[in-house]
Amino acid sequence: MKASLFITCIADSMFANVGISAVKVLEKLGVELDFPKKQTCCGQPAYNSGHHEATKRAAKHMIEVFKNSEYVIFLAGSCAGMVRETYIDLLKDEPEWQQKAIDLANRTYEFSEFLVKVLKVSDIGAELKAKATYHQSCHMTRQIKVIEEPLLLLSHVKGLEMIDLPLKEDCCGFGGTFSIKMPEISVAMVQEKTEHIEETDAEILIGSDMACVMNIKGRLSRNGQELRSLHVAEVLAEGCGL
Amino acid sequence: MGQQKAGFYERVDQALHDDFLRKALVDAQEKLREGKKTQSELLENWEDWRKRGEEIRRHTIENLDSYLEQFAKNAEKQGANVFFAKTKEEAVEYITRLAIEKEAKSVIKSKSMVSEEIHLNQALEAIGIEAIESDLGEYIIQLAKETPSHIIVPAIHKNKEQVAELFSKVAGEEIPDDPQILASFARKVLREKFLQADIGLSGANFAVAESGSIVLVSNEGNARLSTTVPKVHVVTMGMERIVPDWESLDTLISLLPRSATGQKITTYLTGITGPKRKADVDGPEEMHIIILDNGRSQILGTEYQNILHCIRCGACLNHCPVYRHIGGHAYGSVYSGPIGSVLTPLLEGLDDWKELPFACSLCGACSETCPVGIPLDDYLVKLRRDVVDSGNASWLEKKAFQTFGWVTGNPSIYQFGINLADTALKPFAEGDIIKKAPSVLGKWTKGKDLPKPPNQSFREWWEKKGEKQDGE
Repeated sequence: MKASLFITCIADSMFANVGISAVKVLEKLGVELDFPKKQTCCGQPAYNSGHHEATKRAAKHMIEVFKNSEYVIFLAGSCAGMVRETYIDLLKDEPEWQQKAIDLANRTYEFSEFLVKVLKVSDIGAELKAKATYHQSCHMTRQIKVIEEPLLLLSHVKGLEMIDLPLKEDCCGFGGTFSIKMPEISVAMVQEKTEHIEETDAEILIGSDMACVMNIKGRLSRNGQELRSLHVAEVLAEGCGL
Repeated sequence: MGQQKAGFYERVDQALHDDFLRKALVDAQEKLREGKKTQSELLENWEDWRKRGEEIRRHTIENLDSYLEQFAKNAEKQGANVFFAKTKEEAVEYITRLAIEKEAKSVIKSKSMVSEEIHLNQALEAIGIEAIESDLGEYIIQLAKETPSHIIVPAIHKNKEQVAELFSKVAGEEIPDDPQILASFARKVLREKFLQADIGLSGANFAVAESGSIVLVSNEGNARLSTTVPKVHVVTMGMERIVPDWESLDTLISLLPRSATGQKITTYLTGITGPKRKADVDGPEEMHIIILDNGRSQILGTEYQNILHCIRCGACLNHCPVYRHIGGHAYGSVYSGPIGSVLTPLLEGLDDWKELPFACSLCGACSETCPVGIPLDDYLVKLRRDVVDSGNASWLEKKAFQTFGWVTGNPSIYQFGINLADTALKPFAEGDIIKKAPSVLGKWTKGKDLPKPPNQSFREWWEKKGEKQDGE
């Protein structure tokens, strides 16, 4: 099976290991993966800041880059939501582009979702002895409604004890440019999130969106707390010794 | 009104430093969320109810003109006076003129957000008429000289100790901070006020077009007293409060208390059709219904029309993680939380309220919980677009995102930018973390660390991997 990888700007620049792990896991599962080098950013920072004309340029570029891909695998639920839901509305005044956006949306999958729904895999034979908790990201949960898939994959990792995160449905306070525009509110939100994580006694924080993980880890680190944090792809790759 | 004078960021700062307020908000939110969850699950097929609620609201708002006409005609037939107020000023003028005509000395009020919207209390006080809030929460904040910080729980930010302090001042002696004693004190004081009042004022949760009735959803009994004891009953309602018929009301009434307070139904559900009739032993002799536009009709026909679906349950406030930490007063508007951040700029213009659409992390909890399917987070992003398009974004930000649009379309420049950012950030690293970043990222590092970018980006790894495979 052929698929293309969309790395996301945050993973590309800040969390290279997430991309590397995803490649290793997907290749182990027999996916013939390519990485279109012309990919940039999905445009979400501009869109959420109200700069919708600039976003259209990003969206059209994205549509062009992945026009020949059979599947596009996203390493963040938020970017997948942008492509799957927002592009279609954003390009509604340009029917030709909107049609292309719908076409790309139909081929867009978040990483865990691709494994479970397309590859029909839930147990990839990973093993990782640790106590962990999972942060469900808002856009992945509410926009594309991918909730159970990462948990299903994690539940099959041998030795991994998953502790439910209290108030898991509450936002971590990242919110893209919100974290820069309203840093004080963002910090108040993430502070509460770190307190709930602490309550779980987890040794690892697992997420599907590195932007949220970076936000939470950034606050923990500021508070002098060390907590390992991993993307689902990293858990699976490490668990398989890849 | 003091809290309204400071700027948005000052109000936020004040709220974030108020430990008491923040604990009160968290406790209240958790109670209200839990209640809604339990009651909506007990109702079963909640999503179907929501869908029906949304359909009713959509149909009503799409046909608002004819339903308003039907409502007014039927209400008048039942003996009520109906007045359409285009603006706040027109609404206030009608009520103050009526009060003067009736030689009223005091007005007893049950909860009405529209009366807050038109700042009625201040207008009445200015002409020497006492306006007394009889909803317990409203009474508390009136004594504290504050505005409601929540649509349905106006004194959500006050605890029993603070209430005891306020009541003690009224009593001239110490009232213990026991909720029962506090409630009975308020009851005693207010009972006198009910008997003295010349005019009773209420809001309207719904107005039923087919019969010309108004419907009140309440828990304390004060709404019943306000609308039956005084000789004149004045209703203030937004023009979108209409429901076509009693059958539609049944659906909306199933959604409202469950979403608002986690109640299956409120203690009182009151339908009022016209003033006292000949055969009635009590009730007001006159009923005046003021239907307020104040910017609502301008929303009709725009992409924001569905905001008029709102049934004022406050569930979006109860589920909002931003409201959770800053409370209602920080917003500075009469309506706060997600609904307030959308409605206020639409009613009063973006120029005065341009921060509100940005006071949101776009998590979508509000839209998810809304019982009538208003896409609140989507509206907030669109209002941000309107802020930018109306020239309200800073020059620097505009340039930055124009560049962003151009860069994302040019992969090599994008790559150059990413590399540049990495190179620029690295000197700020202490070990693996950055505690003080330059430029806009400095706002991030006010309260959070940033990771140091890795030595090898994913792209570089991928290229090397390709070379290795090509060489094999």
